[in-house]
Amino acid sequence: MTVQILMPALSPTMTEGKLAKWLVKEGDVISSGKVLAEIETDKATMELEAVDEGVLGKILVPAGTEKVQVNRPIAVLLAEGEKVSATNGAQSPAAPAPAVASPPVSKPAAPSPAPAPPAAAAPADEPQYSTWKTQSVREALRDAMAEEMRRDPSVFLMGEEVGEYQGAYKISQGLLDEFSHDRVIDTPITEHGFAGLGVGAAFGGLRPIVEFMTFNFAMQAIDHIINSAAKTLYMSGGQMGCPIVFRGPNGAAARVGAQHSQCYASWYSHIPGLKVVAPWSAGDAKGLLKAAIRDPNPVIFLENEILYGQSFPVPDTADFVVPIGQAKVERQGKDVTLVAFSIMVGKALKAAEKLAMDGIDAEVINLRSLRPLDTATIVASLRKTGRIVTCEEGWAYAGIGAEIAAKVMEEAFDYLDAPITRVTGKDVPMPYAANLEAMALPQVADIVAAAKAVCYR
Amino acid sequence: MAKDPVAKDRAPSKVAAARPGGPATPAQLIQFYRDMLLIRRFEERAGQLYGMGLIGGFCHLYIGQEAVVVGLQSCAQPGDSILTSYRDHGHMLACGMDPKGVMAELTGRAGGYSRGKGGSMHMFSREKGFYGGHGIVAAQVPIGTGLAFAHKYKKDGGMSFTYFGDGAVNQGQVYESFNMAGLWQLPALYVIENNMYGMGTSVERASASPDLWKRGEPYKLKCMSVDGMDVQAVRAAGLEAAAHIRAGNGPVLLEAKTYRYRGHSMSDPAKYRTKEELQKMRTEHDPIDHLRAVLLEAKALDEEAFKAIDKEIKDVVIAAADFAQKSPEPDPAELWTDILVA
Ligand SMILES: Cc1ncc(C[n+]2csc(CCOP(=O)(O)OP(=O)(O)O)c2C)c(N)n1
Ligand SMILES: [Mg+2]
Repeated sequence: MTVQILMPALSPTMTEGKLAKWLVKEGDVISSGKVLAEIETDKATMELEAVDEGVLGKILVPAGTEKVQVNRPIAVLLAEGEKVSATNGAQSPAAPAPAVASPPVSKPAAPSPAPAPPAAAAPADEPQYSTWKTQSVREALRDAMAEEMRRDPSVFLMGEEVGEYQGAYKISQGLLDEFSHDRVIDTPITEHGFAGLGVGAAFGGLRPIVEFMTFNFAMQAIDHIINSAAKTLYMSGGQMGCPIVFRGPNGAAARVGAQHSQCYASWYSHIPGLKVVAPWSAGDAKGLLKAAIRDPNPVIFLENEILYGQSFPVPDTADFVVPIGQAKVERQGKDVTLVAFSIMVGKALKAAEKLAMDGIDAEVINLRSLRPLDTATIVASLRKTGRIVTCEEGWAYAGIGAEIAAKVMEEAFDYLDAPITRVTGKDVPMPYAANLEAMALPQVADIVAAAKAVCYR
Repeated sequence: MAKDPVAKDRAPSKVAAARPGGPATPAQLIQFYRDMLLIRRFEERAGQLYGMGLIGGFCHLYIGQEAVVVGLQSCAQPGDSILTSYRDHGHMLACGMDPKGVMAELTGRAGGYSRGKGGSMHMFSREKGFYGGHGIVAAQVPIGTGLAFAHKYKKDGGMSFTYFGDGAVNQGQVYESFNMAGLWQLPALYVIENNMYGMGTSVERASASPDLWKRGEPYKLKCMSVDGMDVQAVRAAGLEAAAHIRAGNGPVLLEAKTYRYRGHSMSDPAKYRTKEELQKMRTEHDPIDHLRAVLLEAKALDEEAFKAIDKEIKDVVIAAADFAQKSPEPDPAELWTDILVA
């Protein structure tokens, strides 16, 4: 029986990869466990091991091929004694995966390429920078840390796998080489301990960047973040500041289940004594992280795993900083205001495009900071549009949208032409199944529907 | 990196046989062989389904560590409680859970143990005493302590088996648990599965004192270590530990030295260790090959019999994979169920 060897998915978010190298050749006898090829993903080079046994009949995708789609057949395995010619469909390399049940039909919110603004044009509400470069959110975060570490010797990075492994999500790539073990510190898996240690180091005059592998694990450390980092300045009558950044991916990734998919935006935003930021673009990521590192207060820096690989134009200068507390209007519009942060900004922009086709002109606000919240920008937009839809991945209950609604009631009630509507994650723990996960997460269509509803369309 | 920290502690199976509990019978050994092979073949297939996009998210394979759970679960009795981390497929199979239900949970289908809502890291079976499947490193340790507390409280004669990794041992909650278990003499067996790495960090880079098994001493736990690549040695250690616990003498900490062949999860290229180190473990210390040699030498099974077992296991796994692909996705209404008890 012939078996087709398929391009494997090697990470939760991989859709294609490079077939870097074949380690076997046609005619080789393959036993299960044998390493067949090396595959490059956006994060790493991985080995592909054989599961089935046989003789390698034909290589369908040559070494060096880029962008090989997951599940495309890359080679044919023959049973012993079988001939290559017996494998008909195998001649066409692009043939769809055979004999395999098709992958679950509904896929969760795909890591879609962001609608990047044209590289030349700087966003309207930002100072004009003359040179721009395109980079991924991942690279922007790394550059922000590297620049600040060069600038200030008291800045150091600490967390699980940040050094030798180069970051579990490859955010700290190259930092160990440049700054050595003194300033890029691999910790044991002991979040409560190293968060508290970071707070102590900050009290002692250093500027720690504490990476949580994901914010799900910061729940182990939340006592130190709130009771030690956020409250001590107050309790010490202003003597004991805590300049520290707690950063890492927040919110849902893809299919990682309830304990690994949660948005903590409203949790931290609840706390006086903390600042909370949530970048969307690479520019946000770089500019806000630099601001967070320079800030004399504890800053919670909420990243998003799915955004890490997305690219955006970023001002190409070391003094580009995004001030904490300023939202950004990503798209001008006059009919309805979509307020979003983090990954939901991209979804709101997509929704705005769809709404435009129906003659609704949506304005999109990228909050960037959640505490302090830039209420002025929201109110200014509301005065124009009279309608607001808030968008967040987290739960509605006591969420960021609830806070925005309350703020708008307090400060701009008279400008509302329709009730504020919230688009949020469903009020359930995150399910694993692909179809249920897609239902649980707020999608572009939900934003479109909500915007139409507040426009009475 | 190519040194072999397991070898110095590796007791030949003759020594294991001399420990309390006595040697396993040939029939038991054959059962261990089947159980370990089932885990290995199941995991290989899961890796393949992941590559095809049928399993999503995180998927942590247990390949290489099979002897630990098979040896220890052979010392469990009905009514005992079992818990582990996210690297849980092997534990579920060793508890007697149905491979079809486990694989269908991996594919996120209605036929899975959590009806598709938990995934690879989150499965449970009250019937088999399996209390998860925990995604947060070390979270299972206090929970397993609580199950031991319940066994003692109810005087039901049961004990808990709580498995966790060499990385997990550095979480504070482990020691909070040890202290309570020692203080209240709880019927708890704590098993450190030391596979030498927590993700990309070796034990030496994470632990100030690498003798993990000694970490129960300040809390009055009986402390033991065993070669986790030798299922007979593991069983002997497990019998000794279980006898101690069931006699009411308090908790035990057992470190099993083992090795994971695959990356930490599917997306880990495992660049932090050498190919030679992995190759050496596979060729010289593989728990399945080792037991196979023991069975051959004892003439308990011949080549034909091994072939028959291979085929039988392969069929079970293929049936599980088949079920996991054919089982439908959960009904959309399931999104809203199981949040609170009505
Ligand atoms: C509290 C917490 N921190 C970090 C993680 C991410 N993480 C998952 S597994 C793992 C390594 C654990 O290693 P070990 O305890 O040795 O178990 P193994 O994976 O080797 O079985 C890490 C850091 C997590 N799941 N939970
Ligand atoms: Mg480990």
